[in-house]
Amino acid sequence: MLGNAFLIALREIRRNLMRAFLTVLGVIIGVAAVVTMVTLGQGTTMAVKSQISNLGSNLVMLRPGMGFGPRASSAGVPNFTLRDVDALRDQVYGIAAIAPVKSSSLSTIYRQKARSTSVTGTTPEYFTINNWKLAEGRFFDENDFRDGTAVCVIGDTAKQELFGSENPIGRLIRIGAPSSSSSSTSSSKSSSSSSSSSSSSSSSTSSDTVYSSTVQVIGVLAAKGQIGMGNQDDTIIMPLTALQRRLTGRTSSRDVSQIAISAKEGSNSDRLVSDITTLMRARRNLDRNKDNDFNVFDTRQIAETLSASTQMMTTLLAAVAGVSLLVGGIGIMNIMLVSVTERTREIGIRLAIGARAREVLLQFLVEAVTLSCIGGLVGIAVAFGLCVGIAQLIQVPFVFDLKINVIAFLFSAAVGIAFGYAPARRAAALDPIDALRHE
Amino acid sequence: MTDASLIELRGITKTYGTGDASFQALCGIDLTIRRGDFVAVMGPSGSGKSTLMNLLGCLDTPTSGQYLYQDIAVEQLDADQRSLLRRQELGFIFQGFNLLARTSALENVELPMIYRGIPRAERHHLAAQALASVGLPNKLRNTPAELSGGQQQRVAIARAIVTSPSTLFADEPTGNLDSKTTVEIMELLTRLNVDRGITVILVTHEDDVATYARRIIHVRDGLIASDETKPS
Repeated sequence: MLGNAFLIALREIRRNLMRAFLTVLGVIIGVAAVVTMVTLGQGTTMAVKSQISNLGSNLVMLRPGMGFGPRASSAGVPNFTLRDVDALRDQVYGIAAIAPVKSSSLSTIYRQKARSTSVTGTTPEYFTINNWKLAEGRFFDENDFRDGTAVCVIGDTAKQELFGSENPIGRLIRIGAPSSSSSSTSSSKSSSSSSSSSSSSSSSTSSDTVYSSTVQVIGVLAAKGQIGMGNQDDTIIMPLTALQRRLTGRTSSRDVSQIAISAKEGSNSDRLVSDITTLMRARRNLDRNKDNDFNVFDTRQIAETLSASTQMMTTLLAAVAGVSLLVGGIGIMNIMLVSVTERTREIGIRLAIGARAREVLLQFLVEAVTLSCIGGLVGIAVAFGLCVGIAQLIQVPFVFDLKINVIAFLFSAAVGIAFGYAPARRAAALDPIDALRHE
Repeated sequence: MTDASLIELRGITKTYGTGDASFQALCGIDLTIRRGDFVAVMGPSGSGKSTLMNLLGCLDTPTSGQYLYQDIAVEQLDADQRSLLRRQELGFIFQGFNLLARTSALENVELPMIYRGIPRAERHHLAAQALASVGLPNKLRNTPAELSGGQQQRVAIARAIVTSPSTLFADEPTGNLDSKTTVEIMELLTRLNVDRGITVILVTHEDDVATYARRIIHVRDGLIASDETKPS
């Protein structure tokens, strides 16, 4: 009986293709909208996650400063020391790797080319913590760090800008005083205060006395790409000891501007952050009633927050698109009701030649469901095209999610049943004599 | 009831509406129709002949009385059971042909067999055979719009007989046709009656159409006014 109903429904749809197309247009648009929204939303979530994991594996950043966000201030707040790093490594459970970071914006010169680049002094662990991969050459190692060897590893952008197509490995670059354009304001500010307090320093220019030195390039980092805050690849990384001895000088022991920590896999994020906070408060002699003068950023938490908000956004958009699917269902009901009236005579013929009420009901129901399923399939195909196109346009990875496609399809079928039932019942309730008389 | 009787009506009445507005269309009909007969039901409009036809065709139920079709008490059947009876035993042709528009002659004829669940290949074969037997072997693919009135009625007849019904109900089958086509259609019905033994019950108000029938029943004011059988 179902097979018959399906056969009859297909014949009916074929008999009036234009009407069928207009009927399912709403469902096509609804399904396409839902699938596109969810797919692109998931792509965005994934992009955000991968960008954050690009920052480092389970990266926790420790920075001096009061408060968060736009009101954050690092003025007058002491930096960290190497002993802080050792203390954290020894006393806090859940740290896989830890590295001191001292960053300065310095000018770099190779032959005729000069540009200002962020120069970071750190330990070899930094590469693991921040997920850096090598494109060529090698990282510096413990020996380089201990000896303060004048070597550096350069980022992809720095390589492109300074060396172009030339192989940079083994070349010498000159690193020196910050270029006037990038740090004029901060250097004047710090020079005015540096005489009064040795601990005062901004994170970008740690000192007013910068020497210059020749440094050998030993490695090139694989590109990470752009991330919200800036270009990560425009960087030069060298041993902290070399940076201190040859470039910035060692004005104070408090010259570690950041501490990068890699949390152990599976460790409790909240616990780790609170342990670090407790230890640092003790080491910085903060009274109980004083606020923290440093911030602990856990990228896992940031990643969770960000992906939660993109997921929320996705859900919201999908809900809006779902409403359009519902409207599409109402469109089906509308056309099916018109169709029942228009085909009253046909229903009369069917009843006269021996169709039972339930067969007429099934015919119209199957017709509605078939239409909505076809609409669902076409919608999924349209969504696929849209996703491929838009994902490319807005630079988001296209992730085909079978689940949402199946759900959207089943939903379209459900819409067909829900909105096809009322017209089908009306058709089945017709009296054969009245239906045959209908003009 | 004799062995040869196919239809037996006893005291059939049919009342439409209730109370003051009610109208009695049939006022107690007793009628027996034998298997293989060719009956014409005649009468002016409003006489109750259409109501009688709908009852005989199991499209409607009587208000009171008894209707036996091959010993089946039709008045006790529900709508679905009457549908099944029509599907198995009855064929219908109408004044307005009532073919499905934008549907080929072949598919129109296949329609009742779809409800019978006859497999596709057999359905196809039987439909083509039926169309050939009504003289339309070359019009399988044509839609009703591409056929003349007479051809459309032939398709309707093919659809009615394709399931080999025991009775064929024809409601003013020539009402929309010219006199030449009328003769062709009536000759076709006569042939089906004679060659295949299909009982034909015909409603008409044209005397020359009624002459094809062996038995002519006149209905007036809800009662049978006259019932004549031609001497054979």
